[in-house]
Amino acid sequence: MAAVETSAPPGPTTPAQPGRRKLTGYWLLLPGALWLGVFFVIPFYSLLATSLYDPKGSVLGGYDVTFHLANFVDAIRDNADVLVRSLWYAGLATLFCLLLGYVLAYAIAFKAGRWRNLLLVLVIAPFFTSFLVRTLSWKLILADDGFVVNTLQTLHLMGDNDRLLATPVAVIAGLTYNFLPFMVLPLYASLEKIDHRLIEAAGDLYASPVRAWFKVTWPLSLPGVVAGTLLTFIPAAGDYINASLLGSPNQRMVGNVIQNLFSATGDYAAAGALSVILLTIIIGLVLIYVRTAGTEDLV
Amino acid sequence: MPGDSRIGRRTILKGAAGAVFGLGSVAVLPVFGQGGKKQDPAQCRADDESARDKRLVISNWPEYLDEDDGKNLSTLHLFEKKTGIKVSYTDDVNDNIEFFGKVKNQLGSCQSSKRDMFMLTDWMAARMIQVGWIQELDKTKVPNLHANLIDSLAHVGWDPNREYSAPWQSGLTGIAYNKKKVKEVRTFEELLTRPDLRGRISLLTEMRDTMGLIMLIDGTDPSRFTQAQWDKALERLRKARHDGQVRAFTGNEYIQDLAAGNVVACEAWSGDVANAGNDDLVFVPPEEGMMIWADNMLIPNLATHTANAERWIDYYYDPEVAAKLADYNQYICPVKGAQQAMEKIDPDNVDNELIFPTEKTLSVTHSFMALSEDQIRSYEGDFADVTGG
Repeated sequence: MAAVETSAPPGPTTPAQPGRRKLTGYWLLLPGALWLGVFFVIPFYSLLATSLYDPKGSVLGGYDVTFHLANFVDAIRDNADVLVRSLWYAGLATLFCLLLGYVLAYAIAFKAGRWRNLLLVLVIAPFFTSFLVRTLSWKLILADDGFVVNTLQTLHLMGDNDRLLATPVAVIAGLTYNFLPFMVLPLYASLEKIDHRLIEAAGDLYASPVRAWFKVTWPLSLPGVVAGTLLTFIPAAGDYINASLLGSPNQRMVGNVIQNLFSATGDYAAAGALSVILLTIIIGLVLIYVRTAGTEDLV
Repeated sequence: MPGDSRIGRRTILKGAAGAVFGLGSVAVLPVFGQGGKKQDPAQCRADDESARDKRLVISNWPEYLDEDDGKNLSTLHLFEKKTGIKVSYTDDVNDNIEFFGKVKNQLGSCQSSKRDMFMLTDWMAARMIQVGWIQELDKTKVPNLHANLIDSLAHVGWDPNREYSAPWQSGLTGIAYNKKKVKEVRTFEELLTRPDLRGRISLLTEMRDTMGLIMLIDGTDPSRFTQAQWDKALERLRKARHDGQVRAFTGNEYIQDLAAGNVVACEAWSGDVANAGNDDLVFVPPEEGMMIWADNMLIPNLATHTANAERWIDYYYDPEVAAKLADYNQYICPVKGAQQAMEKIDPDNVDNELIFPTEKTLSVTHSFMALSEDQIRSYEGDFADVTGG
């Protein structure tokens, strides 16, 4: 027995190598998995549980998980209009981001020459200050007595009693502004990778520049378009800062309602249900979108 | 065939794993229920470090404390000089419910809110005392409070002998408007309906103030109303919101929009307008009547500088200090003798109705009905439906 044992070690070590190597992969995954477990999985279950709370509970009296599925029905019935409005605002903001962002990313990728890096830094520059501060400064810029409104009124583009703040225009403009970099960066990454010779080849084959763009540039930039629209639409649909600072109560988005239910009313059950509904809608839309765009493997 | 059966087995295994995962998830969910948040203040006491750690941490509403004026030190700095206590004073109470949200997880589970004192409005103070989050005051350490508190505030229903709370200031809720931009707003009804104010007014998120003033339009008494009267008032609010009359529902930050001109008239607290230092802004008592309230100094559970906090309370119940404070913030002074003391400090303010209201003014003020936990839920829910949704 003893002899077998002493002679054993050299034997297994060589075949153990691949096994150990396999394990190395799992060890490397561990920090990320722990992070997700603590900061995503647990909060997610907590949110799911909140959506199933007994609606008769209260913050002071406590909440039990009673699997009260009617919370979802109630949440949709009470907030259908706000849900539709949120998706509408987020959709419009995404569209404007795409229009503005595509032109910008195209210019940076193809026409900027030596200014390219500087322009990219400028795109990221807004992130150097906080989201909240930037949105608050829009409140100053668009103020009723502010420069923008006064100028537009002098030019008679706006009536004397018209305003920009507290209108859908301000909210959608705010969303567009705040999420534009999330559109520009992936678009730029896609456009920058395009092989110029392909576009030249299209020209050599008598494609007009417009046609070359439709047949070559646009399809090759699709991964960036898909990534950019997702990165813009998803946070915009759940945003509440823009609506609360730049809008009036008539422009409330679903994020505002959830925030209100959690903090003001203390109706955790309804707030949880509405959050889960928003999550489900967004996941559903994203799945349909990615399938339709046919770029699952590229996102 | 063997391949098929293997795939079949795999599918079954996958299905079984999915089912186990699903059932496991469902079984785990009840863990995330939440216990009640009632506490026993006697159990949640911290050792008082006041004597060796001369500090005091206070949260209060904005624009509520006088500032140094040249050589004339503020009441806070005089307190620090007199007692050697270093006060860290933050004006981070913007809205009662918002503040409740800030501290509820700590105080609700017997943990420290990291504050020795905060000032909250009557109804929220009542609620926190009821659920046991507030420490009893040591009567022997606040003699000025019991000697000088004005009679009208000495015996409130939720703290009959002021064992847990001491009013900081009392105030009125009415209307403010910018006289340079709009003509006078006399009634609350005008505020909610006048076309030239459309989209340019703000109302307070404080349900009792806003709904109280709306009920007064119908002649309903906010201290004793029926469900039908409530519904009628709520309908008025809903209409104003849907017509786009209301630009925002705000906490104390309304004063910024008013000063910036985004809002030309609004529901306002009496002292804020005088404090804003803008002569175009005017506070008017609406013809229907006003709401009256008080903000109360409270010492939360696990406060570590209780004795210092009590010294603060006692200090502010000195008539001269109280007069100096009220001279700055223009709210109703809850301290007897302050009116006489005001003669020395600022004779102009001795007859200021906003600081020392006469019986006649007080007769048109109303307070809001005390609500049970169920009523709070129902009324706050109705109100939030209109203001937030």
